[in-house]
Amino acid sequence: MQTETRTDTRTEAQQQQAHCHYVLRLADTSLVLGQRLAEWIGHAPALEEDLALANLSLDLIGQARLLLTYAGELEGQGRDEDALAFLRDAPEFLNLALAEQPNGDFAHTIVRQWLIDAWQLEIYGALEHSSDTRLAAIAAKAIRETRYHYRFSSGWLVRLGDGTAESRQRTQRALDDLWRFTAELFAPDGIDERMSRAGIGASLPELASRWSARVEEDLRAATLTRPATQPFPWHGKRGVHTEHLGHLLGEMQHLQRSYPGARW
Amino acid sequence: MTESDWPLFEVFIRSRSGLEHKHVGSLHAADARMAVEHARDVYTRRQEGVSLWVVRSADIVASDPEEADALFEPARDKVYRHPSFYAIPAEVKNL
Repeated sequence: MQTETRTDTRTEAQQQQAHCHYVLRLADTSLVLGQRLAEWIGHAPALEEDLALANLSLDLIGQARLLLTYAGELEGQGRDEDALAFLRDAPEFLNLALAEQPNGDFAHTIVRQWLIDAWQLEIYGALEHSSDTRLAAIAAKAIRETRYHYRFSSGWLVRLGDGTAESRQRTQRALDDLWRFTAELFAPDGIDERMSRAGIGASLPELASRWSARVEEDLRAATLTRPATQPFPWHGKRGVHTEHLGHLLGEMQHLQRSYPGARW
Repeated sequence: MTESDWPLFEVFIRSRSGLEHKHVGSLHAADARMAVEHARDVYTRRQEGVSLWVVRSADIVASDPEEADALFEPARDKVYRHPSFYAIPAEVKNL
């Protein structure tokens, strides 16, 4: 009897930790992508695009704040959104590796954005029906923003892909460079499966074909060629990152690291 | 391509349902879809509206300031076109 109770407690603790990590993965993907987009401020190809990218960035950081706060509560160790955003090191970040890829040229930024927007459309769409009502409410808010992000990025994808010879070539190159990170988007691991079984998380294999069809349709409109599938997924969501994340965090966390507890 | 290559669009916002669209400014965009997106990002960030129109500035036909005298002066002495010109008889109610 006692052993059984201990097992139950342990299973419950594992479930709670998986839940926390699941939310943290969503939070970190939004946070890191938001930080990347913020790097464009003052450098975008036109004033109007500067505002557009800053707008996307603010939406994503807003999503990250809600999700980080929730993840901190699930963790139950007193860490708030700021502690999670500014005081964790790269291996503790659980974002998709795609989100941390450098801005590159405008085509790279657009392709990265479009791939993640299409992913978030599916994920948030599924999470609106999560048995976790808090997560469902965050997803319901986020998906309205994501629909606009996708409108923006898919519009640019077609404009660039079906544009001049140079814009087409650059966009295809961006697609070829970034495609290897898409294998991670819908590859479920133990946490995904556990959360999906509990009705909390999305069922990734079910969403993969919808994402793929959407991506296919946009690529056709943009006259771009879908690269070959990469069998090996990156594991950003398990904390295995490319070298780029450390540099991004160095800039993002500099102030809190240098002046701990500094406030506006 | 730089921003100066992009055509200019005029932006109109309807602030609430039932009200008319009002001119609020202009912006550059490569095409109409981008113009709507830019208008949304530049002019409706603080909940300024519920509907947007964008029109290529080049498509607006404007009156010539040189002709202002001919176009607008003749209306100046036609005060009888204002309803306030007419005295309302006391017997008329509910007007």
